[in-house]
Amino acid sequence: MNKIVDKEFFSENVVRLEIEAPRIAKARRAGHFVIVKVGKNGERIPLTIASANPEKGTITLVVQRVGVSSRRLAELNIGDEITDLVGPLGQATHIENFGTVLACGGGVGVAPLLPIVEAMKKAGNKVITVIAARTKDLIILEDQIKQYSDELIVMTDDGTYGEKGLVTDAMEKVLQREKVDLSVVIGPAIMMKFASLTTEKYEVPTYASLNTIMVDGTGMCGACRITVGGKTKFVCVDGPEFDAHKVDFDEMLLRLNGYKEIEKEAEQNYLHSKDKK
Amino acid sequence: MTVSKEYLKAEREQSWRVDIRGLMKNKDRTALVRVHMGEVDPKERILSNIEVNKGLTQEEAVNEARRCLDCPDPTCITGCPVEINIPKFVKRIEQGEFVEAAKVLKQTSTLPAVCGRVCPQEKQCEAKCFYKLKLKKDPVAIGYLERFAADYERESNQMSVPDIAANNGIKVAVIGSGPAGLTFAGDMAKQGYDVTVFEALHEIGGVLKYGIPEFRLPNNIVDVEIDILSKMGVKFENNFIVGRTATIEDLKEEGFEAFFTGSGAGLPRFMNIPGENYIGVLSSNEYLTRINLMHAASPETDTPIVSGKNVAVIGGGNTAMDSVRTAKRLGAERAMIIYRRSLEEMPARVEEIKHAQEEGIEFMTLTNPVEYFADSTGRVNKVRVQKMELGEPDASGRRRPIPVEGSEYEIEVDTVVVSVGVSPNPLIPSSLPQLETTRWGTIVVDEEKLQSSIPEMFAGGDIVRGGATVILAMGDGRNAAAAMHNYLQEKHNS
Repeated sequence: MNKIVDKEFFSENVVRLEIEAPRIAKARRAGHFVIVKVGKNGERIPLTIASANPEKGTITLVVQRVGVSSRRLAELNIGDEITDLVGPLGQATHIENFGTVLACGGGVGVAPLLPIVEAMKKAGNKVITVIAARTKDLIILEDQIKQYSDELIVMTDDGTYGEKGLVTDAMEKVLQREKVDLSVVIGPAIMMKFASLTTEKYEVPTYASLNTIMVDGTGMCGACRITVGGKTKFVCVDGPEFDAHKVDFDEMLLRLNGYKEIEKEAEQNYLHSKDKK
Repeated sequence: MTVSKEYLKAEREQSWRVDIRGLMKNKDRTALVRVHMGEVDPKERILSNIEVNKGLTQEEAVNEARRCLDCPDPTCITGCPVEINIPKFVKRIEQGEFVEAAKVLKQTSTLPAVCGRVCPQEKQCEAKCFYKLKLKKDPVAIGYLERFAADYERESNQMSVPDIAANNGIKVAVIGSGPAGLTFAGDMAKQGYDVTVFEALHEIGGVLKYGIPEFRLPNNIVDVEIDILSKMGVKFENNFIVGRTATIEDLKEEGFEAFFTGSGAGLPRFMNIPGENYIGVLSSNEYLTRINLMHAASPETDTPIVSGKNVAVIGGGNTAMDSVRTAKRLGAERAMIIYRRSLEEMPARVEEIKHAQEEGIEFMTLTNPVEYFADSTGRVNKVRVQKMELGEPDASGRRRPIPVEGSEYEIEVDTVVVSVGVSPNPLIPSSLPQLETTRWGTIVVDEEKLQSSIPEMFAGGDIVRGGATVILAMGDGRNAAAAMHNYLQEKHNS
């Protein structure tokens, strides 16, 4: 169960894992996520499904090492099994022919953006994609994204690859240039906040895929709750995609920091214990 | 379902029962005083997750069993949702045949060690005891005796596996592995069905695992009872969300002929007051899941928990008691219950309230939160509460709390656990549009057969009742198994 059949490092801290999960591969749609737990004492973490191969019975996850759990996952090798894997969870992305879609991904957010770009293209949309990262090494899945995009703009903060600047700089350029019917943004919360403010100016409907803290991922705890249009919503069952212009991103940013100190300490302890071995 | 009077009479006339009754006069039996169960001292127990109730010794159990008069019309049985043959197992205890007593329990109850611990017996079997009804004395401690027999069997490693009918080759699926699903699975396995239980979480047991804390119900006890089900041939698939990982249609194609949904009421309610999304405000489900299922308090595990110094738990049910007593054990200096009615209206078990009081929990009754405040990092630091007074009884029969104008004041808190109730889990209803549900999201079923608007789909427990009790869920599981058996036999024989 949940055996890793392929593994590839995109960069030092970003890894792609292809995992045997025939039922999830068959059932999943663009926008769905899974909950993963590594080891008996592991925690449950949410990860968006980047792609799936129903014939082969596998799903692909892209993992960035940011703490203990993502490190545990990234350290698994081909042939290892993931202790617990459950899904597909959340609401699938609403896909139809909107016209022109501006898809924007920041960092590892490009991984969950890929299935949406693919589905939007296949639904007949003109797809303009912006992918952005801090620096050249962190740009991932460029070729795959390109395959389903009518136009691809690559941005790096330091200008080491593509154009220099933020994701919003590229968005502004496109929005000034032509009419966009829908925008989809996935990335760090702060990037989604500013991307959302950008499209709001141009009155372009925008979906953001939110990455809040989760425990069960099935709606039973409310750890992932956020405010959308003044109402409390659970990201795991009502989302993860929401109307970005209605999301209280400031509240989300605060809530994401709820365990920051404990997480930092846990990571230090984890790295320390590994050094000793 | 009712046990027949003839059956009970025949059982009562068995020679061993007649002999036991002859050992003591009823007058001497009724003169005995109800046993008191030993408890770990509050000062010691709040330092760990140790089980509070110690259980009975063999001598205490036999003495308590002597009090039972083995009534010709055992009214106690009518108070038990799974209709355990109570006098029979109690008399087995009096006889010293403890393993036999456990076998009697297992004829009708799938989880006796659990029920002996968490059932509100004072409202069920013990409320219908002859001592209580006619003598106005303390009822026989049926719950303690049930727990004793189940624990004795487990600890003596003489666990028996109930008899199973020959495999009939009919596949049935159980959705959810809480008390309703487990009871249903056990009863169907006994009748020869090929049973698979599907569970969304990574562990089997539902609320018995993620909800009820170790100090009331140790997880290893739940595991032992689940292990018996495995030995009876029940298959368990965890990390499997029916309606997501596979649909009901997929499962039908794989040969499942009927389904029982016991997916519970796992959706937490919030009060929708300002500040409720600040960091440090959690649902009791999140708080208890982190501690009980993810073992967040252990340094060995990866799941974090913020354990506050000043913890306020909002609500007055068993879940609120479990949460506030957990907070105390995590080192809270002040662990407070904030409840909008008075102590008399609290839905929690009397025993849990008593235990909480002994452990130094502060009870702020007739008090209701109206707003939360936070520091610059978004972490909750204060709750503004309002005093309440009780007005006329409402639809639930309880006196309605009315806010007292101008009575607001603030309490310093760093953790708030919201425990104001749960709603039915929408996963199954939302994946089956043709399934009839109420406006509260519960599944509509025939009261007796527990059959839904989809004939092959049965349902029970909290997904039908809303937030109720473990034993009612078990009773539903039992009744649904009997009804589904009839349904499938009719289908296969016609």
